[in-house]
Amino acid sequence: MNAKNRRRPVIAGVATSDYPYLPELSEHGVHGQVADRALADAGLGLAEVDGFATAGFFPMYAVGVAEYLGLRPTYLDETNTGGSSFEVLVEHAAYAVEAGAAEVVLVTYGSTQLSQMGRRLGTGGGGRGAGMPGPAVHDALWGNTLVGNYAMAARRHMFEFGTTPEQLAAVAVTMRDHAVHNPQAQYRDPITVEDVVGSRLVADPLHKLDCCVISDGGAACVVTTAERAADLPKEPVHILGGAHASTHHLNLSAMGELTTTAAALSGPAAFARAGITPADVDVAQLYDSFTITVVLTVEDLGFCAKGEGGAFVEDGGLGLGGRLPTNTDGGGLSSCHPGMRGMFLIVEAVRQLRGECGPTQVPGARVAVAHGTGGVLSTGATLVLGKEAP
Amino acid sequence: MSETTATPADAGGRPPKPRPAPALDPDTAAYYGAAREGRLLVQRCSACGAAQLYARDRCLRCRGEVDWVEASGRATVYSFTVIRQNYQRPFRDQLPYVVALVDLEEGPRVMTNIVGCDPDDVRIGMAVQARLEPVSDDAGIALFEPAS
Repeated sequence: MNAKNRRRPVIAGVATSDYPYLPELSEHGVHGQVADRALADAGLGLAEVDGFATAGFFPMYAVGVAEYLGLRPTYLDETNTGGSSFEVLVEHAAYAVEAGAAEVVLVTYGSTQLSQMGRRLGTGGGGRGAGMPGPAVHDALWGNTLVGNYAMAARRHMFEFGTTPEQLAAVAVTMRDHAVHNPQAQYRDPITVEDVVGSRLVADPLHKLDCCVISDGGAACVVTTAERAADLPKEPVHILGGAHASTHHLNLSAMGELTTTAAALSGPAAFARAGITPADVDVAQLYDSFTITVVLTVEDLGFCAKGEGGAFVEDGGLGLGGRLPTNTDGGGLSSCHPGMRGMFLIVEAVRQLRGECGPTQVPGARVAVAHGTGGVLSTGATLVLGKEAP
Repeated sequence: MSETTATPADAGGRPPKPRPAPALDPDTAAYYGAAREGRLLVQRCSACGAAQLYARDRCLRCRGEVDWVEASGRATVYSFTVIRQNYQRPFRDQLPYVVALVDLEEGPRVMTNIVGCDPDDVRIGMAVQARLEPVSDDAGIALFEPAS
């Protein structure tokens, strides 16, 4: 390896926690479980970790989790972009190891959302945001729910492009098809398009089965250099490129066109940094908070033209052997969604590139994309991973 | 959506909970204060003429200074949803109701509730008219209803 190649960023270890229901664990305990597992997977110990990253919902969250784990990191990151946070944290970790600012960065996610708050969490929309002065008051006055934001994007997509409820439903059906093979998945019984469009409307045009599940769980990865990984037990997965973007925060009214997301900014930038095109991608892990999220993402990342996402995802387009095998663990729609699912996307992408996915393995997968979406379609972060060095 | 700013007592017999009122700051007090008095305002840039909401310190397009001008209240539905599940008061007592993004004639897009019609009759592109209602002593909001 030449000097530059020695410091190329790789993922040397990954892990998921037990899921989807962990009443016996604290939130920090989930971090502990995935930290141990990811480091064991990497063949490393906590003493070798000099960098730590995680995202949570109050300031100095990463500092607190580092304390809980007994770490004294000299590289820290707790950038929070919602559901896309972990793609951003791993992108940053890649820069850090490449620049020599850290040698081994542990990135963990942990949540006990289901145990602590229950399934009612998913709606929100009581107007609590109106009570704190600042820009967030504006869209907090109308009883809009989290789902309602995505529903308005779906409605507009249908209006502009003729996308149908059945096409959206196809996303949920394919995710469930994959979850059937995941023994940990929260829901594993096969469903049909008719089941999805026949489930009750939560916020028109999105039905219950267009919405992700609410779970406990966590995941983690270990980012280090290619040189360090050469001595470690698992085949390293190369971080080929990453990029992220935001378009607005809590005010959907500030987004602009609801049919184009931050993925249209982050995707092309990440692909350019990785030196690939969408045609090079063998398997994708795309944030599926709602079915419409996936339709918008496949368009914005350039897997199909704007407006053609509905046709792209139907007829098994996201299934094994389809146009773009996606969310091979069952995704947030069926497997596990503890609130900020981005780390699960990265872990599944790594497992695909290692060839560890058993019945949902994409044969010969060499390039994988993990794309997180956060907030109310507010942020997007794209990470391109490869089996081979660039 | 109920036609009033308070909801009836819920099944538990608790008193009606008013709909949320915005906490105000120097950027937003004028907008919500005018709405309290029945006037819908937009910001207009004194340099480039661009109109904007929500209220900011400067023009989003050119960072010029902004003034307040009164809007016509005419708007078009850009997108909408019918909320059928919300556990939070007061909205849970009003299900189903319409949350929408509407484009004001002057340009800015705002979130609102469409009232005064059956939720199933709302359409993208539908012409709507502002209906200003007080929600606190110092703030009002702009609901929208079908244009007559």
